[in-house]
Amino acid sequence: MRFEGSEQYVATRDLTLAVNAAITLQRPLLIKGEPGTGKTMLAEEVAGALGLPLFQWHVKSTTKAQQGLYEYDAVSRLRDSQLGEAKVADIGNYIVKGVLWEAFNCETPSVVLIDEIDKADIEFPNDLLRELDRMEFYVYETRQLVKARHRPILFITSNNEKELPDAFLRRCFFHYIKFPDKETMVKIVDVHFPGLKKNLLREALEVFFELREIPGLKKKPSTSELLDWLKLLLAEDIPPEALRSKDQKAAIPPLHGALLKNEQDVHLFERLIFMARQNR
Amino acid sequence: MLIDFFLHLKASKLPVSTKEFLVLLEALREHVVEHSLDDFYVLSRATLIKDETHFDKFDRAFGEYFKGVEALPGMDVLIPEDWLRDAVKKHLTDAERAKLEKYGWDKLMETLKERLAEQKERHSGGSKWIGTGGTSPFGHGGTHPEGIRFGGKSEHRSAVKVWAKREFRNLDDNVELGTRNIKIALRRLRHFARQGAADELDLAGTIAGTARNAGWLDLHMRPERHNAVKVLLFLDIGGSMDDHIRVCEELFSACRSEFKHLEHYYFHNCVYEYVWKDNARRHNNRIPLHDLLHKYGNDYKLIFVGDATMSPYEILQPGGSIEYNNSEPGATWLRRLTDTWPHAIWLNPEPEQSWPYRQTISMIHNLMGGRMFPLTLDGLARGMRLLSK
Repeated sequence: MRFEGSEQYVATRDLTLAVNAAITLQRPLLIKGEPGTGKTMLAEEVAGALGLPLFQWHVKSTTKAQQGLYEYDAVSRLRDSQLGEAKVADIGNYIVKGVLWEAFNCETPSVVLIDEIDKADIEFPNDLLRELDRMEFYVYETRQLVKARHRPILFITSNNEKELPDAFLRRCFFHYIKFPDKETMVKIVDVHFPGLKKNLLREALEVFFELREIPGLKKKPSTSELLDWLKLLLAEDIPPEALRSKDQKAAIPPLHGALLKNEQDVHLFERLIFMARQNR
Repeated sequence: MLIDFFLHLKASKLPVSTKEFLVLLEALREHVVEHSLDDFYVLSRATLIKDETHFDKFDRAFGEYFKGVEALPGMDVLIPEDWLRDAVKKHLTDAERAKLEKYGWDKLMETLKERLAEQKERHSGGSKWIGTGGTSPFGHGGTHPEGIRFGGKSEHRSAVKVWAKREFRNLDDNVELGTRNIKIALRRLRHFARQGAADELDLAGTIAGTARNAGWLDLHMRPERHNAVKVLLFLDIGGSMDDHIRVCEELFSACRSEFKHLEHYYFHNCVYEYVWKDNARRHNNRIPLHDLLHKYGNDYKLIFVGDATMSPYEILQPGGSIEYNNSEPGATWLRRLTDTWPHAIWLNPEPEQSWPYRQTISMIHNLMGGRMFPLTLDGLARGMRLLSK
């Protein structure tokens, strides 16, 4: 099994190498990077490219590690016992399987995505150490050991909101998705908008990278924002000349709301443009 | 042979562990990468380094170790430093650049070997010799489209080797007090209580209730356990605190996610009758301290963060504040605060050894009744232990 990128996803050589190392050695791959660089997409694309089922576990601040394994629904069992239902006798009827259990049970090898692991409590990764290492866990209620039939290919994404514990990190491969350079960006845009006019793309990328260079932006526009913006430009049928506005009066790129998501940033940007115009 | 590489990384103070090293060897045995140094670089980074802030350090260590192994012909010749010193920078137009002949790799190596043999002096700005700023394919700061760079900065981003580029330079940080560590220290200050919506099954209560009901099910729910400790954070801002801004930010963000009831206010140097919540509007949106004294109950824990480094007048004299004309001295206000909230500590980012040499630090130290702690992990832990008593 090797991953070589896919039709909708441009993977750099570093990234494919890290993915393949994780697949070969059957270890989790931890992915970090700026928001919007395709961390979550990666798991979907790998699953798609290798033709494997994908199990997704989106982590929230209230998520507990146990929820990924299983949950015991004691309340409904108690209720059922009052009604004298037959299924009460088997505690297994009240064990709700979690994402990892489903993946461990899968007939074929599978891909598992644990998305935004840093959103959860700081002890969350520590609670999953044994599960990720041995790919097995114990169900206390039924005294049953759940073991993975095939070790799933595991992707974990993090946005760096919290630091992850060392013991956890030691068990993973790590890849930091860098912000794509211009060439990779052209490839990425090509994949998403095959018919895009060459000069519109060039102008748009120029504006985009210039915008990223502005110091002090709270949130730099990322790849996914660029793609949204291009979609809008195409929909509005804006000519490439409108983007090359450096010497024109209206220097704010059209539809910039798709790129700058923060009113302070828009404000800063407009102020910079205003200053630039005064200097002229 | 890789044992040396591993030890070299260890010696470069990278947090690598034996387990990760074994994984790397396993990956090599499984032929994850073919025989290419570039691929090995990516693989070893993915296995050994788990934090992008260490990438820069890793690049340097990797470069140092593999300098001799790069299998470049003639690399044993040492290139004198001064050849490479930034001297001249030529700015070529794109057309001129395109005109430069693109050497192939073999030819590049070949030529390099010849040049190394020929060249004996510092060279700068030309188009053949190794040096800085020229259009020769060797040296740095130059503009040959496919050159080999020797040290220095990548300015035109076309040198072939990756790790000398040090792309991750600005991500490197030498934080001793990571947010994670701070959070662990703050956890000492926990006081669990059950408040809010009942959404957890109270098993003991349910059993007792059901038994009392003669077997008829009586469900009891209870709220989940929360950390109910309440914290008032007073942060010194501006002036001499600028040096400590990062550590304060870290402390603040750790506090933010650790305590549910956290209120923060800013002051400058010492507390007087006004504090503020937003630094941008500190002069318009001031909050009278008297209001705060009445607003928050005495179950709040009070934490000051400040270097306590100022002029003694700012503590002792009315009108001593550098912000405005204060009618009562800072010491009075400080005493008022600690009277209202007896569980109070002062965290000081200045190193503890230097405290006795600063007059105002010892004054605040006394005003706080000795409850001043350095803003280090140990100091934080000691402070939290005192607060939780």
